[in-house]
Amino acid sequence: MATRGFVGRSVEADQVNRLPPGQHVVSGFPVLSAGPTPRIETGDWIFSLKVGPRVVANWTWAEFNALPQTKMTRDIHCVTTWSKLNTMWEGVLIDDLLGDANLEAPTAYTLAHSYDGYSTNVPTADLLVGRAMVATRYASRPIAPEHGGPARLFVPHLYFWKSAKWVNALQFTERDELGFWELRGYHHNGDPWREQRYTND
Amino acid sequence: MLWQRAVIRRIEMLSPRVKSFFFRLPDALSFRPGQHVVLRLTASDGYRAQRSYSIASAPGHGAVGDLELTIERLDDGEVSSFMHDVAQVGDEFELSGPIGLHFNWSPEDGGPVLFIGGGSGVVPFMSMLRQRAAFGSKVPVALMVSARTQEDLLFFEELSRLELILAVTLTREAGASSFRSGRIDAAFIASVAAAMAQPVRQVLICGSNPFVEATAEGTIAAGIDPALIKTERYSAGDIRT
Repeated sequence: MATRGFVGRSVEADQVNRLPPGQHVVSGFPVLSAGPTPRIETGDWIFSLKVGPRVVANWTWAEFNALPQTKMTRDIHCVTTWSKLNTMWEGVLIDDLLGDANLEAPTAYTLAHSYDGYSTNVPTADLLVGRAMVATRYASRPIAPEHGGPARLFVPHLYFWKSAKWVNALQFTERDELGFWELRGYHHNGDPWREQRYTND
Repeated sequence: MLWQRAVIRRIEMLSPRVKSFFFRLPDALSFRPGQHVVLRLTASDGYRAQRSYSIASAPGHGAVGDLELTIERLDDGEVSSFMHDVAQVGDEFELSGPIGLHFNWSPEDGGPVLFIGGGSGVVPFMSMLRQRAAFGSKVPVALMVSARTQEDLLFFEELSRLELILAVTLTREAGASSFRSGRIDAAFIASVAAAMAQPVRQVLICGSNPFVEATAEGTIAAGIDPALIKTERYSAGDIRT
């Protein structure tokens, strides 16, 4: 059904194949968060890996920054339909976190937790083989608090709500436990190329 | 996701930059105040654009099936500028939703509750307040509104008739009216919270991201527990920096 009089913005040729369905490119970096921005001092920051309720590894900010650092430049896609191309992030791959903890991925599902109580579920396979990191830098600078600093999960091939801001733990779970937005109307998986925006998509 | 046809039945200009669009849907939408819907536009070559808009009407409010979406014209807004400049009564769109089960409030959620809206960020509160009025609810509510100038104040007459504490401030019109001027800060929030009979149990803040950031910080500085604060940030996905 065509909308009377609507032409729309032309999409640049080099962007056509990079934009998932229903997305449009922005040059700014919009902020969407469910509550106030928590202020977290890096001196107090701790990142944990958990298997079920059990903490199996912890890193302080200094320890975390001593781990192998990886850069990723990727397009990001927000469920609210904006996409931002060529965003540059730096941090520690989940593979390297598991390596430092001498751990093989223990379960098929992961729940990421954040300082503000936020959580999001991601299949463990989506976090491995260089597909995801815990990022501490964006565009060569520390991540601003409103964008999730000191550290946010970075899973660029899923809608960006999966890239949890202010992340402080990854919890491996036996079952797919739904996270904050996944319990509030958003898709449990969130693949932008399959337009998995809302619960029943 | 499921799309249904939505036809514009009426357009109302609320301010120089804001219009309300009243849509007729085949079936009345069942939703919670604070939820949003997605409006989808399709060009003749198949190009599509979709955006989310908060619902201003209350569930079941007005004529059956009519849904009020209040849309601010963004300078660089692909969809909002189309809605303001081209869309007419009788035009047909695709609509999906409702969406969002976080930034909601209904009388059964209790109070006292403090709503703080910047500019068109007052829209989801209209849905909440209209439902509260329709229910005859006495749950204590305070609404703080920040607008640039008096003519940018949305729904002011309707809000003035509701039973609530209404606190308005204008950010770009000092002294020209009877309204307070200046931004919403911690002292202003504290004074409104103090005017409520009991401690605030929930704070909902909606508006642009800079507004929400500053206001959430002010709310915390006013002594309100951050865990009581919910935010909705209008994404300004079209902004160019």
